[in-house]
Amino acid sequence: MTVTDAAPAGHVGRVLRRKEDPRLITGRARYVDDISLPGQLWAALVRSPEAHAKIVSIDTSAAAARHGIHAVFTGEDMSDLGGPLPMAWAPPGVEVNNPEHWPLARGSVKHVGDPVAVVIGEDRYAVNDAAEDVIVEYDPLPVIVDPEAAVAGGPFVHGQFETNKVHEWTLSGGDVEAGFAEADVIVERRVVNHRIAGAPIECRGVLADYRAGSLTLYSATQVPHFVRLFMALLLGLGEDRVRVIAPEVGGGFGQKLQVYGEELLACWASRKLGRPIKWIETRSENMSVAHQGRDQISHVRMGAKRDGTITAWHVKILADFGAYNMILTPLIPSLGAFVMGGCYKIPNVQTDITGVFTNKCPTDAIRGAGRPEATQMIEVTLDQLAHELGMDPLEVRRRNFIPKEDFPAAVATGVVYDSGDYHKTLDKLLEHVDVDAFRREQEELRSKGVYRGIGFCTWTEICGLAPSRVTGPAGVGVQAGLWESAMIRVHNTGAVTVYTGTSPHGQGLETAMAQIVADKLGVDPSVVEVVHGDTSLGPEGRDTYGSRSLATGGEAVARATDKVVAKVKSIVAAELEAAAEDIEVSGGKFSVRGSPDKGMALADVAGVAYIGAVPAGMEPGLEETTFYDPENFVFPFGAHACVVDVDAETGKVSVRRYVAVDDCGRPINPMLIDGQIHGGVVHGIGQALYERVHYNDEGQLITGTFVDYALPTAAELPSFETDRTETPSPVNSLGVKGVGEAGTIAASAAVTNAVIDALRPLGVDYINMPLTPMRIWDAIANSQGASPEGGTQP
Amino acid sequence: MSSTVNVRLNVNGTEHELEVEPRLLLVHALRDQLGLTGTHVGCDTSNCGACTIHLDGEPVKSCTVLAVQADGAEVTTIEGLGSEDNLHPMQEAFWANHGLQCGYCTPGMIMSATALLSENPDPSESEVRHALEGNLCRCTGYHNIVKAVLDAAEKTKGVTA
Repeated sequence: MTVTDAAPAGHVGRVLRRKEDPRLITGRARYVDDISLPGQLWAALVRSPEAHAKIVSIDTSAAAARHGIHAVFTGEDMSDLGGPLPMAWAPPGVEVNNPEHWPLARGSVKHVGDPVAVVIGEDRYAVNDAAEDVIVEYDPLPVIVDPEAAVAGGPFVHGQFETNKVHEWTLSGGDVEAGFAEADVIVERRVVNHRIAGAPIECRGVLADYRAGSLTLYSATQVPHFVRLFMALLLGLGEDRVRVIAPEVGGGFGQKLQVYGEELLACWASRKLGRPIKWIETRSENMSVAHQGRDQISHVRMGAKRDGTITAWHVKILADFGAYNMILTPLIPSLGAFVMGGCYKIPNVQTDITGVFTNKCPTDAIRGAGRPEATQMIEVTLDQLAHELGMDPLEVRRRNFIPKEDFPAAVATGVVYDSGDYHKTLDKLLEHVDVDAFRREQEELRSKGVYRGIGFCTWTEICGLAPSRVTGPAGVGVQAGLWESAMIRVHNTGAVTVYTGTSPHGQGLETAMAQIVADKLGVDPSVVEVVHGDTSLGPEGRDTYGSRSLATGGEAVARATDKVVAKVKSIVAAELEAAAEDIEVSGGKFSVRGSPDKGMALADVAGVAYIGAVPAGMEPGLEETTFYDPENFVFPFGAHACVVDVDAETGKVSVRRYVAVDDCGRPINPMLIDGQIHGGVVHGIGQALYERVHYNDEGQLITGTFVDYALPTAAELPSFETDRTETPSPVNSLGVKGVGEAGTIAASAAVTNAVIDALRPLGVDYINMPLTPMRIWDAIANSQGASPEGGTQP
Repeated sequence: MSSTVNVRLNVNGTEHELEVEPRLLLVHALRDQLGLTGTHVGCDTSNCGACTIHLDGEPVKSCTVLAVQADGAEVTTIEGLGSEDNLHPMQEAFWANHGLQCGYCTPGMIMSATALLSENPDPSESEVRHALEGNLCRCTGYHNIVKAVLDAAEKTKGVTA
């Protein structure tokens, strides 16, 4: 179901079919692997089967001698790079152990899949044959996989640091010890948020073409502008000589928010060989080397008064970063720390983060990036608190919600939540979910041996990255301002091209942005083309991640359009002999207020701007650019409920019902919002029930393909019920907030709470995800002497 | 270089004679030799279904078929199903119901869904969900895909019968 909206006046707020879809549903879209260039060669990587080893020797002769093979390179051949792969996080006063990380390993390998050589040749299949012929002699080194063991001591992933610790970072507000002293009840948990994969259905891929001093790189990336910057820096090229194109991109989920070694390698090899180089990742490679997410073990403590008022919340996170720091790796848990108080008014909140190296694939941003972990900790602990207080978990939530009068709300973690009305979303949720009726049904079913549970999650998050003054080098330490740009070009005929610095890959931004522009210019969205993902078109940009593309990119588009509108009004005023401030757009025309019959369509105005005579002193043309740097983040929120059945005999969980009420401010296209929620929720359900990246004690990846890594399929899932409340953000003129990560941030906690609710009569009060049949069966079997972790699972 | 063999394929109504390595996967014959890049590859293990096509009317994962095995067969790919000016009802339903986001799984999803309806023109939601079990999507959570397939079934009722 969807909310019934009052019919909006324009295109904004309406369901509009996507402009993107005709090319996608007919097979006419162009993803990286669909593009080929004259003279193109293929690359295949030789990857380490060892989790940790010294490279004794690499014999490339047999591979190089094969027919059609042009070159085989190893790390030593790439000594002319300007530097290692980037880690762009350096907050003031925080020491970060950051090892060099090269596109091809130098001297040693640190995780399974670490690349040691590249084979380049004429054919997709032949290069893979040749890669098999590269003989690498490894001297295995001791392997460390468990982050708790790794932080306690050796063996060390990077011996030079004499520790596996990457960094320590604390964010604290109030005084948690004082808060615990006030508490009547304290709940403690060890919350494991296991490692998951981004798993876009399109793996990564690159096609690099260096010719006559200029480089063009096609890459399946979310961040073409960042990639351009680092390709230029690391290859010693001017940024003007580097063009990065993110063509159609088949999903990202954070995995493609990265500057990857394969991108650099292909560019470097193209320059070296004077030929275009294509590399298309296999799924097995993607599962072992494309960055993964989560992987935190946290010790959490929540203190509350007997009436349910939370007085203190202390979280100690051990974050497993794997073998290297990728572009934002150490920042990820901190993103959760900023909203560690969730949607609750908790005066004393502290998050202590320790990052640790292990011999596994690196972690970095995956959909939600730090915030699903924070929400999981808050929401499962709060449910247990309610249980121990003998209170309704929803009542505990309501008692602690930040009241709507407090907004903008400065919270203990030091950020200011822009807007919120948490009671409203929960009320709306309860219009869909009759909890009393559910409890009666639950009771009845239990008497028949059916264990049904309901779980809730009320949440907020921080997104719309972001104000440069906060995220930049002097703030939390991202070495970039995260403003966004837009350029609007009205053509001679009145057609409009929008250039956005964001780089969408499935979100429907072409449609949403066209709706925004169409209303302001009095045209149909069908004549507004949105161009993205090409660093040579439009201004410098900051790309797509962190649910930012509408709140920053969309707002930039709105502001650039406003500049165009101002010029349009001046032209129309001159033509109609009126004052510019009296010109308004309605019915597809710019006309004098009160005289709607006499007016000019945008095409007429464009005619004047390009072909006729603009007013004296005005430049011709109709094109404007904006760089927008938001004043604050945006903080979407919501209330989700999940109903599950747990088969106590087998441990199998079935999701019967999932209701999501979200508030992402003013909706631009409700259909797109629902779509983002559906997909986000399934990413969260997937983590809660099915998905886990699993390494054995030797650092071998057990879940190396989709055979072993259990992505949810249509058959496991129900249809979803979605609804919204609308609390506009005051941060931007559109009133919008991000929605790309919302579903994922909420869902794993709602599912976990539902499963625990189902199993409480069996003595189970906590289980760590993934809630697989084995774990649940184990938890039930062990429930007589249940540990705080609810059983014997790792 | 391995030896090659000749393969005859009728793809989207056009006869082709290809010279292929015996090990060439059908999906690569379609993509790399015929330039039909609408059929995608998303895994190495026949799990994701992005490469689903119709082979003599049956939905198959073209990454799991050798081109030589398809010798003499009729192949339909997403490009042969409909065009922007003349969409197949399933393509239209995916568009109308927001049954896609990044679009990468979409061609395979549409090919599986059309195969379902030709066998079972009036499926239940559960039947749709189970029929699409072999096609993975990471964007949509399947909600709108299922809705699209049911919508297409509704709209084509009586048309295909």
